[in-house]
Amino acid sequence: MAEAEESPGDPGTASPRPLFAGLSDITISQDIPVEGEITIPIRSRIREFDSSTLNESVHNTIMRDLKAVGKKFMHVLYPRKSNTLLRDWDLWGPLILCVTLALMLQRDPADSEKDGGPHFAEVFVIVWFGAVTITLNSKLLGGNISFFQSLCVLGYCILPLTVAMLICRLVLLAGPGPVNFMVRLFVVIVMFAWSIVASTAFLADSQPPNRRALAVYPVFLFYFVISWMILTFTPQ
Amino acid sequence: MAAADELTFHEFEEATNLLTETPDAATTSRSDQPTSQGHVAVAVGSGDSYGAEDEVEEESDKAALLQKQQQQPGFWTFNYYQSFFDVDTSQVLDRIKGSLLPRPGHNFVRHYLRNRPDLYGPFWICATLAFVLAVTGNLTLVLAQRRDPSIHYSPQFHKVTVAGISIYCYAWLVPLALWGFLRWRKGVRERLGPYTFLETVCVYGYSLFVFIPMVVLWLIPVPWLQWLFGALALGLSAAGLVFTLWPVVREDTRLVAAVLLSTVVLLHALLAMGCKLYFFQSLPPEHVTPPHQAASLPTNIPLSPTLPRSMAPS
Repeated sequence: MAEAEESPGDPGTASPRPLFAGLSDITISQDIPVEGEITIPIRSRIREFDSSTLNESVHNTIMRDLKAVGKKFMHVLYPRKSNTLLRDWDLWGPLILCVTLALMLQRDPADSEKDGGPHFAEVFVIVWFGAVTITLNSKLLGGNISFFQSLCVLGYCILPLTVAMLICRLVLLAGPGPVNFMVRLFVVIVMFAWSIVASTAFLADSQPPNRRALAVYPVFLFYFVISWMILTFTPQ
Repeated sequence: MAAADELTFHEFEEATNLLTETPDAATTSRSDQPTSQGHVAVAVGSGDSYGAEDEVEEESDKAALLQKQQQQPGFWTFNYYQSFFDVDTSQVLDRIKGSLLPRPGHNFVRHYLRNRPDLYGPFWICATLAFVLAVTGNLTLVLAQRRDPSIHYSPQFHKVTVAGISIYCYAWLVPLALWGFLRWRKGVRERLGPYTFLETVCVYGYSLFVFIPMVVLWLIPVPWLQWLFGALALGLSAAGLVFTLWPVVREDTRLVAAVLLSTVVLLHALLAMGCKLYFFQSLPPEHVTPPHQAASLPTNIPLSPTLPRSMAPS
């Protein structure tokens, strides 16, 4: 997992501004490092910390990782000038989100082969291979972002759609009907827009300006397909 | 153009401007395939002789110099593939526009690609088409169920897989076959080399773009309108392909040219028909109510009632 050891005191992200203040110009600053950091950056403190992470309780270890994931969730939900997702990338969040989404979207095992929604594996493959393809595309177009940073951003920005899936399942408990469908449609559209805005905020800056649309369009297609799967989900 | 102008160092855009004005001027492509030593399209007498000889020499000199300056990376390096994504948004939009409006004089490869094929267009147009096919097929089912609640609706996800595989196979294997065939016919005649493999893929990829709005318009459940849109889109797409292939093929014997062009058009038509029949078809008979009710659903009825039922997915 890629995390700076001194994560509790994250200096680069605490900007004392109200929420949504910079939503109109949510871009990342230009001086971010391109590559994320997978190891502890400050070498001189390794020996001090090594024994402490070995001896700490399992609870501490897990909570540290969970807090990092949770912090990134917050950054996705409230996009503002920050480069936490890029600097300290990790793939735990995307994995958790993808597995949750696939578990909720998978078809009833009683369904026949031709009918029904996607299998668990199909959702998984679509999410991960879609993210890999978009990352490759963005790098081939000359983007200035590393492979895992891009995967991290795309994975974390599925969070709004996972929330939409949860809401849709709850709404479906109330029984089918046109009102039901309109509510679900509205929720999915809003979350889809949120996902796109969040991921574009992080990814668009890394592309040369005359190719930005070329790099953003596959992201749009990716989230559109996931939104479609969420919208057409029918519990059998 | 003044002669002094020609002698100063030009950016590559100048060369492409020259190429637009004289679409038959010679140029060497940046092809990395070891077997084709760049293809040189000579200004064969199509009536556009703008003093072609001087510009031919200029172009080949400039292009040769540029080629020497650029290292040709091996196919195992990342930079090799990056050279196929060297397009801007405006260029991609331009190429799409060019494929939507084919004109007899404008060869897609020379005029729009300018011998710089890209892989972005074909790949993402195929992806979009595959997903749009699956989504609109599903939507037709939803709309049909609205009108007749007895139809059993299900999100048929397997159609996404089928759409993806079939579109990608078509867009990559057919150009491969076409390219192979053209190279075999050309043999040792390097002067009129056929298009490189990537250019063929590009032509096919961009020609599939017109199917995307066609598929979306197929949501309208009026059969004759669906067939009209289909015919229109097929016409545009096939016309683009034929106009692009014609300069290469007209040097061959008449029989071969006719057979090749008609095969290309036929395959394209088969793709369109296959999409229409598979993705916009009614459910298997056991799910549909008795025929007199089924007759009220216009999307389910193909126009020609003699179509064999064996075409239905089992």
